[in-house]
Amino acid sequence: MVVYALCGVAALLALAPIAVMLRASPNASGVIYGASLIVSVMLSIVGLLNLFAGTSSAATLPLGLPWLGAHFRIDSLAAFFIIIVNVGGAAASLFALGYGQHEQAPERVLPFYPAYLAAMNLVVLCDDAFSFLLSWEFMSLSSWALVVAHHRERENLQAGYVYLLMASFGTLALLLAFGLLAGANGNYLFDAIRASHPSSSVAALVLILALAGAGSKAGIVPLHAWLPLAHPAAPSHVSALMSGVMTKVAVYGFVRIAFDLLGAPAWWWSMLVLSVGGITAVMGVLYALMQHDLKRLLAYHTVENIGIIYIGLGLALAFKAHGMAAAAALALTAGLLHVFNHSIFKSLLFFGAGAVLNSTGERDMEHLGGLIHRMPQTAFVFLVGCVAISALPPLNGFVSEWLTFQAILLSPQLPSWGLKFLVPAVGALLALSAALAAACFVKAFGVSFLGRPRTSAAADAQETDSNSLAAMFFLSALCLIAGILPGIFIDALGPVTKTLIGVSMPHQTGLDWLTVVPIAESRSSYNGLLVFIFVTLSGSIAAFAIHRLASDKLRRGPAWDCGYPDASPATQYTASSFAQPIRRVYGTALFRAREIGEMPPPGATAPARLTVELRDLIWEAAYEPIATFVSYATERLNVLQFLTIRRYLTLVFSALVLLLLVLAIWP
Amino acid sequence: MLLVLLLSPLLTGFVRKVKARLLRRRGPPLLQPYRDLVRLLRKEVVLADSASWLFRVIPYIVFAGTWVAVSLVPTFRSGLLFSWSADLIALIALLGSARFFLALAGLDVGTSFGGIGSSREVMIASLAEPAMLMIVFTLALTAGSTQLSTMAAYMMSGQVGLRVSLGLALLALIIVAIAENARIPVDNPATHLELTMVHEAMVLEYSGRHLALIDFASELKLLLYVSVIACLFVPWGIAPPDGGAAAITIGILSYVAKLFVGGFLLAVFETSIAKMRVFRVPAFLGAALMLGLLGTLLLFVSRSL
Repeated sequence: MVVYALCGVAALLALAPIAVMLRASPNASGVIYGASLIVSVMLSIVGLLNLFAGTSSAATLPLGLPWLGAHFRIDSLAAFFIIIVNVGGAAASLFALGYGQHEQAPERVLPFYPAYLAAMNLVVLCDDAFSFLLSWEFMSLSSWALVVAHHRERENLQAGYVYLLMASFGTLALLLAFGLLAGANGNYLFDAIRASHPSSSVAALVLILALAGAGSKAGIVPLHAWLPLAHPAAPSHVSALMSGVMTKVAVYGFVRIAFDLLGAPAWWWSMLVLSVGGITAVMGVLYALMQHDLKRLLAYHTVENIGIIYIGLGLALAFKAHGMAAAAALALTAGLLHVFNHSIFKSLLFFGAGAVLNSTGERDMEHLGGLIHRMPQTAFVFLVGCVAISALPPLNGFVSEWLTFQAILLSPQLPSWGLKFLVPAVGALLALSAALAAACFVKAFGVSFLGRPRTSAAADAQETDSNSLAAMFFLSALCLIAGILPGIFIDALGPVTKTLIGVSMPHQTGLDWLTVVPIAESRSSYNGLLVFIFVTLSGSIAAFAIHRLASDKLRRGPAWDCGYPDASPATQYTASSFAQPIRRVYGTALFRAREIGEMPPPGATAPARLTVELRDLIWEAAYEPIATFVSYATERLNVLQFLTIRRYLTLVFSALVLLLLVLAIWP
Repeated sequence: MLLVLLLSPLLTGFVRKVKARLLRRRGPPLLQPYRDLVRLLRKEVVLADSASWLFRVIPYIVFAGTWVAVSLVPTFRSGLLFSWSADLIALIALLGSARFFLALAGLDVGTSFGGIGSSREVMIASLAEPAMLMIVFTLALTAGSTQLSTMAAYMMSGQVGLRVSLGLALLALIIVAIAENARIPVDNPATHLELTMVHEAMVLEYSGRHLALIDFASELKLLLYVSVIACLFVPWGIAPPDGGAAAITIGILSYVAKLFVGGFLLAVFETSIAKMRVFRVPAFLGAALMLGLLGTLLLFVSRSL
């Protein structure tokens, strides 16, 4: 089985030099994206077969270090993430078949795209630390190349630079973590690491390093700063892959280390993961609410959803540490189901943003508006994505959120006092982030698609091509299916929780009316299909009855203007004005948000001006001091470049004396 | 399902009548909301030029979502048909969907009034919904389930006793109910000044049968919140799932009595206090969130609180 997966990866890697060879041909993007689509679909089928078979298969290739080789294994956790990576990759390739036609410099994007897909697949398949880190770096580098593909814009270059720095930091943390795990013998195989039992302090250090390393790639606060710079800079299908898929590969890295390689967790690890998750969720959505660039809003929102996933994982760690296996299975299923759901609807939303960018050339919501009339199909699928991500029934976002709440309701049984105080607070933060997410997407959809067009670019927009629409409709259908029939997906995650925790959730398919009963019938149940049917039926009955019995007449007229004829679309609410109440309530403390109004004196003809000032406190408090310090230190150390020959010789001589001393004293 | 549909305009009419009487007016007749709905249903819809297909579909979505949500509440009998298909969290999320679409409707026509309504509504919702979820946690931890029928049955049995966390939850639930139903002090349902509107500004452009559906949905929502408070904190009289005709009759009568008491208390409360400034509402709702969080925390720390 893993051999098929490796063949698929090899095929993707082979597409990269083919893309270089085809660079002059006009069909290059069609060939490359079409081939990536086919290979991704086949790889997802391999993943599905492996997940339902429940077995694991391994393979070793004579690559890499000569005494180690490259080990690959596909078990249920890897199979689940292979499915996520390749469903996302297939959707992105289908979307790019249409979107890529508008690419100005396809030779800068095409060779790196299949390489990026191959790298993400490789990370999930690796079974030893060396190939894992190698694939991780390969993933970072190929996505960096895609981020700086449009290198003529300064902000893309800056985004690429910050991305490279944070990726290097993440790999360093993971390198140290794997080094500690491998121990003094340097046994890099995952099997050997599982068999070894590190001491509690080493295990704690490994967890913190894994949280920092994998978390920086996933986007936890405060390591998230690269995400809203890099994700919007890349072409839209790559942004969807980075936000929807690469962050999930980072979550895979964390789950593999925390749940599989480290063995039995200590209870206080869950406190760290839970607090990080809660803070990330709320900060991510508040940042998103302050944005008016559509892609940057979506990137910050990814941060929020990663926070929700980490809350689920933290709860699973807490339950596992206290031996409550059934509750741990529930929490882990909730977290992993949210991983799947988020990859689907975030990709969908990024595709919508890409379609809008293609048709109008604008990413700024305050230059859009009224697109529902010009691009009706894109508007419909974007609406499905917005409803799904706001965790509203009957779509899939609600199911994973509901399961997380059910896991929180099981938490009073946890014996430790720290968790007893932390879990309700994290539950409140989760509820707050869900409500703010709905607000954020009312803003995103309402300002971009509804209302009246604010610029001529929005007024003249055309619908996107059929390939992009096909990809988006496919993903929205998946959102609906996962919302109506969640039992299938929960059962599919059974083998994964069985591998990591030892038990799986009760079997869901086969219950009456396809209900989902996570714990017990008397405790709670949810039936997405029935809710959907009831709402649709009631709405249709109401519509039918009213149209037949009452009235179905309609006429058009001007909108209510309170007596002041309002011709300009500039009078309607913008993204900043929509967010103003929330900005005033939450933003004055967290972002030092200020509104500065400049009113000219009476009689002056200059226009009044309103400026909204926001400060990113995490950037100012954490990133800028470090950058300043590094700058200062390197300035001072630079003097080492200009010493005289006598000073260099003194330096060499004292280094030699020091080393001989160390050698003499060291036992 | 039909009972709640028939009773909700009556509740709204009763509240208006009591408010008028408290102000020494005669007030509209008790059945006026029924007449208003029929009148609006028969009228022609005047649609703004810039409104889209979504604007026309949203009243049906809002009405259907609210109607399904109300049908899930055990009003006169617990264990109503299909009540296990959605628990209290799903019910709140259904109301959240209805609010999501209503906020979109406010932005659809592209005027500033809709924007005012939608932006204020989502700010209020961003605090009311977490407060409601904390209340749900408190109640679920007390009753051991998130199903409303199970919760009602637990509250009716003698096991509950007086608990601090339930008192906090009741207070928080009353605050959230006032905010969600757009009542004074959060919003004035009878105002004509656009700058003081929250809910009304979102639906300013609606007319005819669309407006009838949205008004009906807000009446259903008021009924829902009064019913939820009644079935959780005053559950006596609710018939068990296998009750006979006598039990069901008692159930219906006690339910109608609870509605009238609840409506009377709401009218007295609304008449005795003034509407708050918009930016004092977050403090009001923040208090509800803190009360709910405290209730949940108390139950995490000790099962008997």
